[in-house]
Parts: sequence; structure tokens; C-alpha cells
Amino acid sequence: MKIVKIIAWIALIALVAIQFFPVDYNQSETIPQTDFMLVNNVPVTVEKSLQVSCYDCHSNNTQYPWYNKVQPVAWFLEGHIKKGKEELNFSEWDSLTIRRKTSKLRSIIKQIEGNKMPLDSYTLIHRDAKLSESEKKLLIEYMSDLKENLNN
Amino acid sequence: MKKVKLVTTIMVMAFISLTAVSCKDAKTDKNDSTEHHSEMNADGDHSKMNHDNSDGHHDGDKKEMAMNGNGTSQVVLNDYFNLKDALVADDNAKAKNLGGTLAKSLKAFDTSKYSDDKQSELKDIIEDATEHAEHISESDIAHQREHFKVLSKDMVDMVEITGTSMTIYQQYCPMYDNNKGGAWLSMNKEIRNPYFGDKMLKCGKVQREIN
Repeated sequence: MKIVKIIAWIALIALVAIQFFPVDYNQSETIPQTDFMLVNNVPVTVEKSLQVSCYDCHSNNTQYPWYNKVQPVAWFLEGHIKKGKEELNFSEWDSLTIRRKTSKLRSIIKQIEGNKMPLDSYTLIHRDAKLSESEKKLLIEYMSDLKENLNN
Repeated sequence: MKKVKLVTTIMVMAFISLTAVSCKDAKTDKNDSTEHHSEMNADGDHSKMNHDNSDGHHDGDKKEMAMNGNGTSQVVLNDYFNLKDALVADDNAKAKNLGGTLAKSLKAFDTSKYSDDKQSELKDIIEDATEHAEHISESDIAHQREHFKVLSKDMVDMVEITGTSMTIYQQYCPMYDNNKGGAWLSMNKEIRNPYFGDKMLKCGKVQREIN
């Protein structure tokens, strides 16, 4: 029983210790000139969906939940955001070439169509980020139009 | 008894957090090793160069070869054809591997012998194609085919710039992607459909002959 107690104490200390590891916040004060919303004159309805359902992981500005203050949750989120931005960063949208934009738009449409994005693990907590059928339709139509216009 | 319960709870919490810590470490290690890997590949390029040029003369044998890293458009095309054949054969696992191989040869593609204009266009194509190849290396077959469609467009555009020593065929299946259609490149005139595989092996037509 004593050994269990010792292990438990060590573990507790470790848990406390990791709380002191710093977190890299994905937040910026300004909206860059290359931002998707800025360059595309996005309609308000689409803008709202993008902001709530996509921008937390796919832009330079995350609206963090309270539990981001607790490790190791913060690391978990940091990993998600890093990966999300690697795939697609709306803040840097306009730095992409037409070819890359076309590819990204195609992926965005497929991901929304296939209910792969936003991630289930994300909408589980962010209930408002879950896209309704009509929101999905609106987003897909908007992205498809954008894609068509790029190649004209 | 209460104490034991408390201790157990603490242990569980601690265990979870420790696991997370070790996961993070493992991830960084993995990144490091991939970097090394690609460096190694870049080094390997030069040694393989001669070998591959000599192969340029007998095109017929090329099908089975999946050499990576000698930095020419020919190697990229060969890897693309191998990938296409895996999709024709409905072979998800093989396509995953070959997608990875293609991503490597795309990264190793040396564009320096082209003019500045063409270089920037090629780099654009390569960047795009690499992403598709990488996705193919980690997806199910339906998703692989979605990426293969855009990848094929990149390859068509690449050949437009680089040209090719062999005769290749641009083929097209009007039914793929909800009848929006999808094109691909092949070394053989006969249709072997990479989008449907066994389901509709011979659906499609030759759109254009290159060379």
C-alpha cells in the first residue's frame, strides 16, 4: 500500500508541475491583408459560420475555451490548431496561388459535404460550431462559386 | 477507504497527464526523424542520377520501377503512373505507399534548369501535387481518388512545361465525381480506369495523345 501512495504522490507532483509549462497562444491583434474574409467580401451568414466553425483551428486567431488553462488539455488543443493551420490557414489565404486556392476550396467543399469538418471532437464541446444542413448548403454553394470564379 | 479512493483518483489523473506529456515528446521525435529522412533522400539523389538516366531509353520496362529522388520530371511521372496502377487495382495500401513515394520524388524535383517563369509555375504545381500525394499516402481509397483527380491535373500541367520523352495518353472518365468527370494520364492507350477500378475498369476514352 505504501508503494501505491508514493507513486500517487509522484504522479500528483507531475500533474502540478506540467501546469507551469507555457502555452503558445494562437492569437493576433490584427487581421492580416491576406485574410479570407477580407479579400473575398464574404456575406454575413457565411462569415458567421466560418468564424464559429472554422476559424478556431484554421486561422491565426483562436477563441480559447476556459479549459485551455489546464494542462495537458492546452497541449492537446495546441496540437490540433497547429495541424489545422498547416492544412489550411484562412488568415494567409491570399498568399496562395490560384492553383493552391482551387485545391483548398475543393478540399473545403469535400470536407463539409462529407461531414468530416468541423471535427466531432470539436463540436462535442462547441455545440454552436456544428453546421446545420442549411448552413452547410450555404457554405458549399459559396465555396463552389468562389472556385468557379477563380478559374475564369 | 476514502483515502484509497482519493489516491486512486489522483493516480488516474496523473497517469492521463503523463501520457499526454509522453505523446507530445514522441511527436517531436517523429518530426525529427522525418526531417532526417528527407535529408537522406536529398543526399541519395545524386548517386541515383546516372542510374536513372540510363533507364530513360527503354520505356517499356519502367512500369515496375518506383525510384525516388533523382529530381527529374520523368521520375515524378513514373511514380504517378505506379500510383495510378495501384488505384486501377483498387489497392488502397499500395496506393498509400506509392503516394508517399511520389511526394518524395516531387520534393526532390530539381527545377533549376527551367526559365524563371517556368520555375515559379513548376514550383506551384509541385507544391500542390505534393500535398495531394501526401494526402493519398494516408487516406481511404475514395479519398485517394478525390485527390488523384486534382493531382492528375497538376501532372498534365507539369508535362505541358517539362515535356516528356515518351508517348502518354490523357484519358477521361465522364462519370467520376457525380458525372463531373475526371482525367488522368497513362502510358497505355487502353483504358484502365483509376477512379472506379474493378467496378468500371474500361469506362473512359482517350482525350489526347501527348507526343
